[in-house]
Amino acid sequence: MARLSYRDALNQALREEMQRDESVIVFGEDVALYEGSFKVTRGLLKEFGEERIFDTPISEAGLVGAAIGLALGGMRPVLELMTVNFALVAMDQIVNHLSLMRYMFGGQFTLPVTIRMPGGGGHQLGAQHSHSLEAFFARVPGLIVVYPGWPADAKALLKAAIREDNPVIFLEHEGLYNYEEDAPDEIEPGHLGEARVIRKGTDVTIVSYGGMIHVASQAAEMLAADGVSAEVVDLRTLRPWDKQCVASSVAKTHRAVVVEEGPPVCGIAAEVAASLCELVFDELDAPIERVTGADVPMPYAKNLEQACIPHAPDVVRAARKALAR
Amino acid sequence: MTKKELMRAYYLLRLARSFETRVAEQYAKGRIGGFCHLYSGEEAVALGALWHLREEDYVIGSYRDHAYYLLRGGDPGRAMAELFGHSDGCCKGKGGSMHLFDRQINFLGGYAIVAGMCPIATGLGLAIKKKREKRVVLCFFGDGATNQGVYHEALNMASLYNVPVVWVCENNQYAIGTSVSRSSAVTSLAKKARAYGMPTYKADGMDFFKMQSVAERAIADARAGKGPSFIEAKCYRYRGHSMSDPATYRPPEEVALWKKRDPIPRLKAIIQRDFDVPDAEFEEIDSRVRKVLDEAVAFAEAGQELPPERLYEDLYVESIPRG
Repeated sequence: MARLSYRDALNQALREEMQRDESVIVFGEDVALYEGSFKVTRGLLKEFGEERIFDTPISEAGLVGAAIGLALGGMRPVLELMTVNFALVAMDQIVNHLSLMRYMFGGQFTLPVTIRMPGGGGHQLGAQHSHSLEAFFARVPGLIVVYPGWPADAKALLKAAIREDNPVIFLEHEGLYNYEEDAPDEIEPGHLGEARVIRKGTDVTIVSYGGMIHVASQAAEMLAADGVSAEVVDLRTLRPWDKQCVASSVAKTHRAVVVEEGPPVCGIAAEVAASLCELVFDELDAPIERVTGADVPMPYAKNLEQACIPHAPDVVRAARKALAR
Repeated sequence: MTKKELMRAYYLLRLARSFETRVAEQYAKGRIGGFCHLYSGEEAVALGALWHLREEDYVIGSYRDHAYYLLRGGDPGRAMAELFGHSDGCCKGKGGSMHLFDRQINFLGGYAIVAGMCPIATGLGLAIKKKREKRVVLCFFGDGATNQGVYHEALNMASLYNVPVVWVCENNQYAIGTSVSRSSAVTSLAKKARAYGMPTYKADGMDFFKMQSVAERAIADARAGKGPSFIEAKCYRYRGHSMSDPATYRPPEEVALWKKRDPIPRLKAIIQRDFDVPDAEFEEIDSRVRKVLDEAVAFAEAGQELPPERLYEDLYVESIPRG
């Protein structure tokens, strides 16, 4: 066991997969010489050379298209989009090409493409650089959407994403790169599509993922101090998401709070709540609570920005409401 | 070229042209749905561009894709069945007219977002380079594509990384109903492409010989590691943009003028001049084409759609643990 940061976990996953499989190549804006805007690709150019990791022009749509071509041509590309915000420029290539090509052409090939995208708010980057777009991607048939919240998971899931033969949108929260935890020295690829109960409890289930899983954990601590036993489920993969795991937890606690950083309308929390109503309506003792980002573009001013993003006390309040105490 | 090669070229031009005539008939009968874009008039562009390709080379293009598929060696029956939406179509009826694809012949698809496949072509070129293969990518698109952002991203990266892609611009002079002069600030599309530092060529897209000769050079350069080049093939589509377009924006005299330059009689005249081939031999080819297309239509008529319980097939591949 050793301390492992989210950044180093991702770096190790990339390095180990590049060592393991020569068809794995990494590319994107400033990933090679500059070593990545968030330094996730540090040291990879030196170790693998420009054949395996290369810098690109600022052409997000073109880069996703190039990743598709690389995969069709027999490579296993890992593309870094500098931030998730720039994926909006590339939505045609992601949604109208990458996600649907295998199906549209009758299953004649696989597209083992991984697109890494750092995202999320909280750094006063303003409206255009603070998006949480996971709900956009999770709506798209043909994609797999992963959003780890912990270093060990980040490593295991990125390794799995790179080995996956379907296209994977791999989201990373910008606020987590320096987060550390104790982790084993060797980490095997994880299972995409599996949630994890990160804290056992009996009174209420708190469901979240990515950056917000830490807010959910803090809330569970605060509730515990007050005698409320909250179970916390980390979705980890948002498409396909682990309905079974969440439903079993709610069947036990009979109450659910879903936490999401993005805005509320047609979001991940809405999807989880709707599915729980279908699956375990009879088990519910209270309406499902959603805690989401505010329904506005992200403002710059620190106080306003903080007012947009869910915090632990918001989750505690929602849990109390569900518990009617 | 030998007589045999020329007669083969004649056969393929007739096949591509007559296939579209059959498609129009079947469309009118309601057996083909959706958008359907015919290649009639532009056949010499695709045939000339594909003439010097090898089996291992990749071809990718726009939604006006029937001719790419057929001239690359695709089976006319499987193409027609795809247009019918049937399960023995080349994409099991999931693609349709705009989305033919056949891995076996390295035809990597017709794409219906203008210029959407251009960066995919660049990516294929990158894969070829990374794997140190000797393949070439041929990417077909229309004049309208040169006004899309992603087209410029693709050409820039292709040159920057020196990848083996031959860009074939079918300048049929109209983006649906908007002419090049009304949509492009620079009307020479070759000049526009020159900004990206690659060799550019202008070719008469109504002339099979001119097309194949220009493409031969571009393909050889790509294969020799000299990077991408761009071909502007000036041509004309005889029909509207799609089956639902009566093409009222073009004066009839203009259409008539271009039809006078039709590549099929031009090729026939050259063959007859150089090889003294009797008309009967051409008629024999025409009847062979008729037979092949009769069989293609019959094959399509005999098939059926995938049953709804197979709706979810092919969305995700079951991932094999790659331990």
